[in-house]
Amino acid sequence: MSGEIIGAVPPLEAGPPKMNIGVVGWIRMNLFNTWYNSILTVLSLSLIYYTVTSLLNWGVRLARFTGVKPEDCQGIDGACWPVISDNWAFFMVGTYPYELRWRPLMALLVVVALIMLAVWPRIRRMRLYQLAWLVSPIVIFIIIKGSDTFGLSQVDTRHWGGVMLTVILSVVGIVFAFPIGLMLALGRRSRMPVINILCVGYIEMIRGVPLITVLFMSSIMLPLFFPEGFNLDKVLRAQIGIIMFAAAYQAEVVRGGLQGVDRGQEEAAMALGLSYWQSMVLIVLPQALKIVIPTMVSSAISLLKDTSLVVIIGLFDLLGIANLVLANPIWLGKMFETYVFVAAIYWVMCFSMSRYARRLEIRFSAGDR
Amino acid sequence: MTELTQEQGKVQLISWRNPAVRSVVYQIVSVVLVGFAAYTIFQNTVANLTKRGIASGFSFLNIESGFAISEVMPVPMLEPGFVSFISSIFLGLIAAFVLHKWVTRKGKTVGGDYRLVLLTIFFIFVVPAITYLLTNHIFVTETYSEASSYGLGLVTGVFNTIKMSILGCILATIIGFFVGIARLSSNWLVAKLAETYVEIIRNIPVLLQIFFWYFAVIRTLPMVRESINFFDVFIINNRGIYLPDPTPLPGFHPFLIALFVACVGVYFRLRHVKAVQDLTGRQLPVLFPSIAILIVFPGLVWMGLGAPVELSYPKLTGFNFTGGLNPSPEYAAMLMGLSIYHGSQIAEIVRSGIQAVSTGQKEAARALGLRGGFVMRLVVIPQAMRVIIPPLTSQYLGVTKNSSLGVAIGFPELVSVGGTILNQSGQAIEIIGITMAVYLAASLMISVFMNWYNEKMKLVER
Repeated sequence: MSGEIIGAVPPLEAGPPKMNIGVVGWIRMNLFNTWYNSILTVLSLSLIYYTVTSLLNWGVRLARFTGVKPEDCQGIDGACWPVISDNWAFFMVGTYPYELRWRPLMALLVVVALIMLAVWPRIRRMRLYQLAWLVSPIVIFIIIKGSDTFGLSQVDTRHWGGVMLTVILSVVGIVFAFPIGLMLALGRRSRMPVINILCVGYIEMIRGVPLITVLFMSSIMLPLFFPEGFNLDKVLRAQIGIIMFAAAYQAEVVRGGLQGVDRGQEEAAMALGLSYWQSMVLIVLPQALKIVIPTMVSSAISLLKDTSLVVIIGLFDLLGIANLVLANPIWLGKMFETYVFVAAIYWVMCFSMSRYARRLEIRFSAGDR
Repeated sequence: MTELTQEQGKVQLISWRNPAVRSVVYQIVSVVLVGFAAYTIFQNTVANLTKRGIASGFSFLNIESGFAISEVMPVPMLEPGFVSFISSIFLGLIAAFVLHKWVTRKGKTVGGDYRLVLLTIFFIFVVPAITYLLTNHIFVTETYSEASSYGLGLVTGVFNTIKMSILGCILATIIGFFVGIARLSSNWLVAKLAETYVEIIRNIPVLLQIFFWYFAVIRTLPMVRESINFFDVFIINNRGIYLPDPTPLPGFHPFLIALFVACVGVYFRLRHVKAVQDLTGRQLPVLFPSIAILIVFPGLVWMGLGAPVELSYPKLTGFNFTGGLNPSPEYAAMLMGLSIYHGSQIAEIVRSGIQAVSTGQKEAARALGLRGGFVMRLVVIPQAMRVIIPPLTSQYLGVTKNSSLGVAIGFPELVSVGGTILNQSGQAIEIIGITMAVYLAASLMISVFMNWYNEKMKLVER
């Protein structure tokens, strides 16, 4: 590009016009570059101004933060936050007995401690630490449910609720749905017609119906399937429904990963003399699962949101507690505060997970190239 | 697998080492296990049902229900004449298809000869119409009341589900495309606003959103006396939204037929225009003739019949508004919840679909001299649609399935009506079975249709 032009004037030592750089330039480029963009900018600004000011007025300026009695909120136009602070424990653990509330707290501490320890790679690689993760679900279950052998009084699952129940339903749902979904996905790719038909039938049937019908099935029909006198816990029934539902979706996620692995990998494994299970466990699945980890996180997010449906079959998860609080005549009419608070909790959980999924996606795609 | 064992020869055929043998054994074992589980479940269920004194079977569908459904509509119940009507439609379609194949084989097109076009119209429309007139009873419409049967209640529920899903899908698509394109806007503020909307809405459970719209917004609207009133045309209060209702007068059906004929006319005109362009490269005017056909012909019929539609406005009579179109608060809340939630999901689909089209395509189109709108319409959108359609299908399925959440706020759709019947009659297995079957059928139909559409779009690819 260095063609000598005879008589060319040397370029002036001047930068771009001041109007095109810096903050002013950025605003001109991104907000007012055409006449309709200018109109849109003004419209958006007024929309943002209106929303933010009315939200701040309602939630902060005119709101009441202190006080525990509903009477404290009389005569104010803004939010009545005591409805949240007064029912805080209720939102967190439901109707869990008052004097035993230290137990869910301890369970939470166990999980937080385990997550915090994961920061140090040295500890992460320790066998003891990995064992602790494996044992933790049992420990947490014993802490929350109680067990006579450990001197902890039993707490009936009727009293489980709030954030605790939401988290339990979704975490247990994912953990149990994953192996089932894995098997279903392998079965769907199987060349044995019977197994293939069974798996495809199950997956397509569950994916074709709404979760609420699956929950109805597990809560109403399941007791009919067992012999007389065999009593299934209500929470457990809902959990079974959630696992059945999530397994079908997990199966499709895993199948996507399996399709992403080159066929040659499996053939090479077979050529080396590995059996089907060896080739799957050692060669294909590690590659397949790595591809779909971000997708799995998104399906975990969907499941977390979907657990709110247990409200309809009469459990008191986070959303159910919100309705319970609103049904209390003392807090009548505090709908905005309650729903906004509950929505915020769901949002924080789901949004942080989706950010995590995006980070994983970027990290994995960087590893590939 | 079997060739391998025969080549090796030494491997015994009936041996655990033979994959074919293993596969057969696995399959037999799984059949036995599933069969045993099914048998046990069946036995237990029968024992439980007899103990509770519940008779199984579908005869309960004819029992009088005795409960009211808040939103009813005339529901078609099929008559014997329906069979001959449906078969005449099928025969007409088959005849038109055969004609089409026969003409194509001769190297011509149906659109090329007006006699063939008329013959096709005769097969597809006139034959069923004649059958319809001859049989005159293909269905009767019934409206559900407390004296109706459980069966009619379920059918009403299905129709409410359909009513919910169709409008929900349309609104969600509109919101989704609007927001999805806004996310790619060159205006930074608009893009950020759209992103905020998507990130907030899609991370909150849809049921919570429906509760919010229903309990916190619609239920707290002003009472009837203090309704928000726009010139007596739109009225909003806590019993719902009131809109003017177009009531058909006697001449309405001919007008509908005229509108339909105009649509068919525009369709054939578009095909003709495309054929001419493909053949000669000449672009015939499309927009104005189409509008002319769509407006002038039905408009003439409209005027000839003397405006066969009357708008009925809501009026305050006693303690409530009557007349006009009045979607219930439940319907409005469901519609808002579903369309806003799924709109945010569709927005993401649209955004990633448009971004999936490589910039080279746009640059090439511009290099060919196409102007902005044409670049989008002829180059970007057709390619983006191919990426968009499969996930869009699953969103439509999601809207249909999530319409079942109406049960939580008392919108009388299928699951809700089914739940009431279940509580009254105790026929759990039958009701849940029917509900699942209806949703499965709907899912199947939507995915078959969308797969067909997807195939059609794919054929353009080389």
